[in-house]
Amino acid sequence: MALEAKNIFFRYRNKKPWILEDCTLRVEKGERLALFAPSGYGKTTLAMLLAGYLKPIKGQILLEDKPLPQKGICPVQLICQHPENAINPRWRLRRVLEEAGGIREDMLDAFGIETAWLSRFPRELSGGELQRFCVARAISSDADYLICDEISTMLDVITQAQIWNVILNEAEKHNTAVIAVTHNRHLAAKIAERTVELPDL
Amino acid sequence: MKQKDETLLEIHDLSVSFRMYDHGLSQTDLEVISNLHLSVHPGEILAVAGSSGSGKSLLASAILGILPPNATVRGHLHYKGQELNAQRQKQLRGTEIALVPQSVSFLDPLMKAGKQAEGHHRPRTPAPIKSLFRRLELPEETERLYPFQLSGGMARRVLVSTALLTDARLVIADEPTPGMSLEQAMEALGMFREMAREGKAVILITHDIDLAFEFADRVAVFYAGTTVETAPASDFRSGPDRLRHPYSKALWNALPQNGFQPIEGFQPYAGDLPKGCLFAPRCPYRTEKCIISIPPVREVRGGEVRCYYGS
Repeated sequence: MALEAKNIFFRYRNKKPWILEDCTLRVEKGERLALFAPSGYGKTTLAMLLAGYLKPIKGQILLEDKPLPQKGICPVQLICQHPENAINPRWRLRRVLEEAGGIREDMLDAFGIETAWLSRFPRELSGGELQRFCVARAISSDADYLICDEISTMLDVITQAQIWNVILNEAEKHNTAVIAVTHNRHLAAKIAERTVELPDL
Repeated sequence: MKQKDETLLEIHDLSVSFRMYDHGLSQTDLEVISNLHLSVHPGEILAVAGSSGSGKSLLASAILGILPPNATVRGHLHYKGQELNAQRQKQLRGTEIALVPQSVSFLDPLMKAGKQAEGHHRPRTPAPIKSLFRRLELPEETERLYPFQLSGGMARRVLVSTALLTDARLVIADEPTPGMSLEQAMEALGMFREMAREGKAVILITHDIDLAFEFADRVAVFYAGTTVETAPASDFRSGPDRLRHPYSKALWNALPQNGFQPIEGFQPYAGDLPKGCLFAPRCPYRTEKCIISIPPVREVRGGEVRCYYGS
C-alpha cells in the first residue's frame, strides 16, 4: 500500500529545462512525510503530479501499483497553498463542502466553521477561513493520502496548531498518509516522521 | 510617547463595518474592526500579528481607501499630521503609500511580471529591477513570465518587488513572506529593514511571527478586529513572561518551536461579538468584570494592552 512517483520527468514547456528530472518518491499508507525545497524548485508541481492534476511527461504515478483512478473522488487529495484559487468563486460554501460527500458536523466544530459562513460566497471570507473549508473538504472526502501544500502559511499560529492537530488526529484514526510541503522546519519537526529534500530526489 | 509630528501615520478609534444582506431585502451592518488605535513612526517596522480574519488586511485597505463600496469607515486617520480623507488617499496610494498585497491573485494575469513590478511609475533605468530581482533570487527570465508561470514563492517575491521599486514613505506589506524559503524571507525582510533605515516606515502584516519578532521594532497583536497589545519586539523575543495580554502569550505558545499548543475555541464571529473583552470567552484568567465591559487601553511597561489584568 503506497503512493509512488516512479522516475518522473516534468516540464511545463518543451525545450525548457526539466523542473523535475528522474524523480522517485514512495509514500507508505499512514506515513507522515515533510517535503522541503527552496521556492521555485517544483514542490507544488510534484504535489500536483501526485494528486493527478498534472501528468508526468515521462515516468508514472502509481497508487497501489495502479494509475490514479480517473473517476469519482480521488483518493489522493491536494490541499492548495492559495485557498482562494481552489474554491469555485460562484458557489456558496455549503455547496463546496457538499461536493466532498456531505457536511460533517464534527468537521465544522473541529475547524470552528460558523454555520453562517455556509451561506456565504468565498470572497466574503478571509484566506484563513477559506483554508479551513479546504482542509475540511479534503478530510471529509475520506482520502487515503492528503497532500498539504503549505496549507498553514496564511493562518495565525494558534489556528495552525489547531488545524494540524485535527489533521494528525484524523490521519491517525483512518491511517491516512500526510505529505506536508512546508518551509517551516520547526513545523516539519512537529508533524512529520520523515523529511525529504526535493533537490535530492 | 513620541511627539505627534513625528508620527507618520496615526490611527485613532477606527472602525470598519460592512453593510450586508440579512434576510430578503433587510440589511445589517457587520462591524469587523472596532476601536482600533495604532501609530507608525518614520524609520520603524511595525509588525501586525494576530488571528486570521481579525481584520489585518482590512486595516491595510482602510488606510489606502480601497475598501469595497458597502464598507463604512469611522474614526480618524492622520498621515503626516493631516487628515487622510478619500481624496488624499487616492493621491497618495501607489506613490507615498505602497501596498504589497496579500493574495497573488492581485497580479494581472495578462501582464508579464517585469512590467507589473515596474508599475505605473516606470523606473528611470532598467537596472534597479534587474538587480532587485537578483537579490530576491528570482531567475532573470522571471521578468518575461506571466503570473501563472510563477511558483507561489516567486509570485510573492514579484509582489514584494513592486513596493521596493516605488519611492513610498510608507509601505504596507500584507503577508509578504509565505511560500518563500527562510533565506528568501530573511532577504525580503532585510530589504524592508533597509527602507526603514532610510527613514521610511513599514507596516508588516504577517503570520510568520517568529520572523516578525526578529525583524520588527514593535509588534501589534490583533484579535477580533482590534489591537489587544502593542509592545516592543524585544518583549516577544524574551517570551511569554514579558508579554502583557493572554492572547499574545497564547500566540507565543502555539509556535511549533514553543510547544505547538493551541488554546481552545475560536475567534468570535464579527456579527456575534461578546459584550465585554473580546478575548474573554477563551481567556483562562477572565473574571466577572471582563465579561461585562470592554477593558480600556492601558500603558504597561512601554507597551499598550487592552486587558484589566495585563502587567
